[in-house]
This record gives sequence, C-alpha cells and structure tokens, in this order.
Amino acid sequence: MGSMMKSEHETRFKLVATAANGEEALTLFMEHRPEVVTMDITMPNIDGIECIEKLVAMAPGVKILVVSALNDKATGMEALERGAMGVINKPFTEDDINQALNILIDD
Amino acid sequence: MIEKKLQVFIDGIVRYFEHTSQPTVNVGSPYLIRNIEDVSADYTGEIAISGAYEGACYFTAPSVLVRHLILSLGEQDTSEEMMKDTVGEVANTLSGNARKELGQEFIISVPRVHAGAPSAADMPSKDRMYAIPITWKSYKATLGIYLTQ
Repeated sequence: MGSMMKSEHETRFKLVATAANGEEALTLFMEHRPEVVTMDITMPNIDGIECIEKLVAMAPGVKILVVSALNDKATGMEALERGAMGVINKPFTEDDINQALNILIDD
Repeated sequence: MIEKKLQVFIDGIVRYFEHTSQPTVNVGSPYLIRNIEDVSADYTGEIAISGAYEGACYFTAPSVLVRHLILSLGEQDTSEEMMKDTVGEVANTLSGNARKELGQEFIISVPRVHAGAPSAADMPSKDRMYAIPITWKSYKATLGIYLTQ
C-alpha cells in the first residue's frame, strides 16, 4: 500500500491518504498532491515500480520512500532508477521509518 | 538443498520478531505436513510463489498471537480487518525477505488472507510441505513452506 504525507512544521508529517493498491495511489495522489509518498512494491493492480514511474511523471519533485519486504538489491536499485529517493525494507521499527522519512525530507 | 532454503525462512522469522517490542522468539525444527490445513490456526496469510520457484508460503496464527503482535508493533487497532492485514503482512515480509538469498526470480504475489485454512482448491497438490513451528510469548504459530524449483 502507499501512504501520502505533507510535511508540517510541528509534527513534520501529516498523513493525508492511504491507498490499498497502485491505481488508488495514483488517484489519491492527484487529489492530495502530497510532498512525500511511502510506496510498497507488491501491490494489486499496478505494482509499486510502475506506480513510482507514473508519480514521478506527474510530479518530478515528489519524494518517494519505498517500503518493501523485497530486500534484494536489484529491486531497490530498480525503484531508485525509476525515481524513488529512498528504500527501507520490512521489517522495520517506528524509529527506522521516522529516520528514513527525515533523511528524505532533509536531503 | 532444501535445508538451506528453509534456513532462509527461519532467519526471516527471527528477524521479523526482533523488530517487535518482544523480540524473543523460538523457531522449532521444520517438519513435513500434508498441507497447511494440518496446522492452520484462526488466520492464515498466503503468498503464492512463482518464477524460478513454484509454491506458496503461509503464516498461520491464532487470534491471541496476532492481537499481541499488533500491540507490540505499537498499533492499537485490533479489529478483524487489522488482524487479517497483519497476518498478510507477516506472510509478505517473510516471503519477500527470502528474495535476498533466493534471487530476484523468486517472485511473490500479493498476500491473501483466510479465516482458518485456505480452501482445498488453493492448496499445492500432491507434494507435502514443510511446517516451521514458531513460539512467541508462549503463543504458537506456523510458517508453512511449499517450494519446487
């Protein structure tokens, strides 16, 4: 699934939408125009790789963090080549994801 | 060898629970079962495997374990939907993590979740599969693995 966030001064992130699949992610992205997206790779309908390509085409500046159980290097590299800006593999702790998101924003 | 492949999943189980607030988990020795129905609990997450391998990965656990797992991950929602989502996520994580060792052609599906066991029509036929017993916080779950290459 994908989660979409906008950065806020106090809390840094506000969750604006959650999508259950790639098609929904694209629809919600167009509606909310978030600054940050967390994206799974294994999703029904459109997978995360295709979704990343389409999001970056819509909004080249969007910051996409891939969140995936697929921890092989090739998948991570493909996601980055398609326009993702970071990859974090499941399982992760809350601290892990917060750190990854902060690095994404601060970059 | 099958032992090496099973070890990939055993390592994945340990790694998964290390990321919860109760990281201690006991993973028992794998053994053969007829199919996941033999060991299925209240919820079963199923991942189909294709590509260089054919098969399936199942995570089956009782409600009490899933509920405690959700809470240990910092979530408060223990609704039926969250229980099913969590079981699917565990199956997804354990099978997805296997790709690092088994290669990019170890292709996993989107998880399906069943109350109890999957239907007989969805089971890998003929061959038996391996069950990896898991004990976490005194609750028992099973990871079922069926792989052919």
